[in-house]
Amino acid sequence: MSSDATVTPVTGGFWEDTGKRGIASWIFSTDHKRIGLLYLYSVLGFFLVGVFLGVLIRLELMAPGPTIMTAKTYNAVFTVHGVVMIFLFIIPGIPASFGNLVMPIQIGARDVAFPRLNLLSWWLYAIGAVIVLTSLFTGGGAPDTGWTFYVPFSARTGTNVSLAVFGVFVLGFSSILTGVNFVTTIHRLRAEGMNWGRLPLFVWSLYATAWVQILATPIVAITLLMVIAERTLGVGLFDPSRGGDPVMYQHLFWIYSHPAVYIMILPAMGVISEVIPVFSRKPIFGYKMIAVSSVAIAAAGSVVWGHHMFTSGMSDTAVMVFSFLTFVVAIPSAIKVFNWVSTLYRGSISLEAPMLFALSFILLFSIGGLSGLILGAAATDIHVHDTHFVVGHFHYVMFGGTGFAFFAAAHYWLPKFYGRRYKEKPAIVAWALMFVGFNVMYFTMQVLGMKGMPRRYFDYLPEFARLNFVATVGSWILVTGLIIMLVNLWRGLLKGEPFEGNPWGGASLEWITATPPPTENFEEDPVVTHGPYDFKRAGEP
Amino acid sequence: MSDHDAHKEGSVHIVSYGQLVAVWVSLLLLTVTTVAVTRVDLGAGKVWAALAIACVKSGLVIAFFMHMKYEARLFRIIFFVALVTLAVFIGLTFFDVLYR
Amino acid sequence: MSHLLPRDDVGAKLGMWLFLFTELLLFGGLFILYAVYLARYPHEFSAGGHELNVVMGTTNTVVLLTSSLLAAMAVTAIKTGKPKSTVALLLGTIGCAGIFLVIKYFEWSAKFAHGIYPGSPRLVHGPPGESVFFSLYFLTTGLHGIHVVVGGALLTWIGTKVGKGSLTAENNVMLENGTLYWHLVDLVWIFIFPLYYLIL
Repeated sequence: MSSDATVTPVTGGFWEDTGKRGIASWIFSTDHKRIGLLYLYSVLGFFLVGVFLGVLIRLELMAPGPTIMTAKTYNAVFTVHGVVMIFLFIIPGIPASFGNLVMPIQIGARDVAFPRLNLLSWWLYAIGAVIVLTSLFTGGGAPDTGWTFYVPFSARTGTNVSLAVFGVFVLGFSSILTGVNFVTTIHRLRAEGMNWGRLPLFVWSLYATAWVQILATPIVAITLLMVIAERTLGVGLFDPSRGGDPVMYQHLFWIYSHPAVYIMILPAMGVISEVIPVFSRKPIFGYKMIAVSSVAIAAAGSVVWGHHMFTSGMSDTAVMVFSFLTFVVAIPSAIKVFNWVSTLYRGSISLEAPMLFALSFILLFSIGGLSGLILGAAATDIHVHDTHFVVGHFHYVMFGGTGFAFFAAAHYWLPKFYGRRYKEKPAIVAWALMFVGFNVMYFTMQVLGMKGMPRRYFDYLPEFARLNFVATVGSWILVTGLIIMLVNLWRGLLKGEPFEGNPWGGASLEWITATPPPTENFEEDPVVTHGPYDFKRAGEP
Repeated sequence: MSDHDAHKEGSVHIVSYGQLVAVWVSLLLLTVTTVAVTRVDLGAGKVWAALAIACVKSGLVIAFFMHMKYEARLFRIIFFVALVTLAVFIGLTFFDVLYR
Repeated sequence: MSHLLPRDDVGAKLGMWLFLFTELLLFGGLFILYAVYLARYPHEFSAGGHELNVVMGTTNTVVLLTSSLLAAMAVTAIKTGKPKSTVALLLGTIGCAGIFLVIKYFEWSAKFAHGIYPGSPRLVHGPPGESVFFSLYFLTTGLHGIHVVVGGALLTWIGTKVGKGSLTAENNVMLENGTLYWHLVDLVWIFIFPLYYLIL
């Protein structure tokens, strides 16, 4: 590292070309790259809050009986952990941060279709986040319902559910506007020659995601409004004593919240589809199938919500229908995994940080996905429903999947936007620690669940003590790796060695523009003549 | 500022006042019909009759008042997707409700 | 920071339609509940439906259809270069919105006077399906009413822009999108009307 590089701040491209100064050049900017970075740091901030609460949960469960908090605090902590991680980190996570940063460049556009609406999305996100945080410290205190806000408890509890739910409503609005913006952008602003068959797979995945955001989010919006109406007006729509049906709440909630799982995972799959071919130096295998499977996952994923409700008292017919449909989703998901693995075959694989995160994504997502089949089959689900097996399962998919893809994206794309890079060795050490810590923690949880340890319980039987201790140790390893990774990224992006050109030989459009990209992304609008993984025609760097 | 796309894609179609008024008259007639039909005792038939008329009315509003008839095919495709999605949400919920 | 993106009217309308889909599904959630609870409590729904005022409901249907006509005519007017008629037609639409809300106010007041409102003693102690029916009625028409207010405000704002001359025959997509929103309000009512006032 040259000594000069340590003192000059990030410069060039969109970092300079702005009419505003200071913080205003960020929070009032309509540049998709600045909004993307705003989102990135916002979601990362909440991710750290979520991680902190997660560590507290693990500390509490380290030994049976009260360890560091009361049972009531524990209920609030796991609820807020869920709400923060789901609504403030992982749903906006990749689409709003890396999607905003990269997608318009990848399709050769100067910005998204509605730049001001894009800024409004971020503002709504910020306002929603403030409302959610306010709900923790006002009224009856932090919600203790779990992130799902199930009635009848959410209608009755004295904690501040109404405000938290309203915050989530605002966050949903933000998510919808991002979806509207992205679909319009991808339809209308592709550069000349950028036809649908040349769309990078990350863009395809964002397109499918955006549709889910548009069509599913309104359902949870109205559902949450009904919870507020239930609490403030006493409408009784879910109250059995007045003819309401609490199971209908679960239907409406999961009509959104299951597709929301695909809002979380699809963009992650898109990131992996970008990283794998670049670091294998080989065109992606089965481009069309991966693109189509994104849309297929979005479609099939929207009709499987009932598998969250196998033990809710839903009809047996519905259980069978939803169980069958759940298995259908496995097909497009498996198509993706097979295609990634086939891309690796006989590739010239280079194991750098983004690739390591991407490869571990494939493994962790597969473990998560396969354990999902156990939950998707009604007979086995009844055995492990609401146990730590479920907790392990969705952390494998959400953290091992989306989380690791988020980190892959950070190591892959952020140098492009900062013009500086992180150090490789600490990145790999961090990855190794996270990978080990992750598995120690969550695989143990799955074993615990199989043995019958329920989720969301403050205390447990003494025979679960040893494995819980192991899982807690895993959380420490994971967090250590996480800290090393973030410090390394932070230092590298601000003071690291210059990052120039196209060191990894990517063939999509973000790699042909300047580093960092100029405000309007390209000096002149690009004309696309080859596909995003056509490394030969893109020319060797 | 250029508006290169607006003309190329023919989105400046103008629906005449006469046409709009004709649609409005049809909508009023359909409203009268639906009230009349549901005053007669048709049993479950009146639910479907009323819903069918509502669908026709919406179709008229969407096609002419909202210019859907003159938009690119993409608009009709995505509208269809939205409708199918809602129908599927309702339909799958009924697998529970009807068989419980 | 201005990006000087070329203007894209088709894109603007595409975005608006996508947003309308979200509105459609927002009401869709309430329609799902309506369908489910109607299947479970046909008699209570029938009894509840007969307490609604068909005359007021029909009048409001006509008012909204007319407002929609005026809004659609406003688009034709601006495209044929008649800003004055555009503003007049929009005023007509907004006037209809006002009439709609006034009628709605009398309808709701009458219900309140009969002790029918969410959480009222009559509904809490009445048969289970009755409470569900009226809760859905108030939520659905209330949410729709909010949309009428928002749509009216939106068209007022757009109308002032037409008046000031910032929307013209060549540049009118904002007006078109505003009226699209208004038509959606009408569309939702086209279904609320038979479902609550007629078929029960």
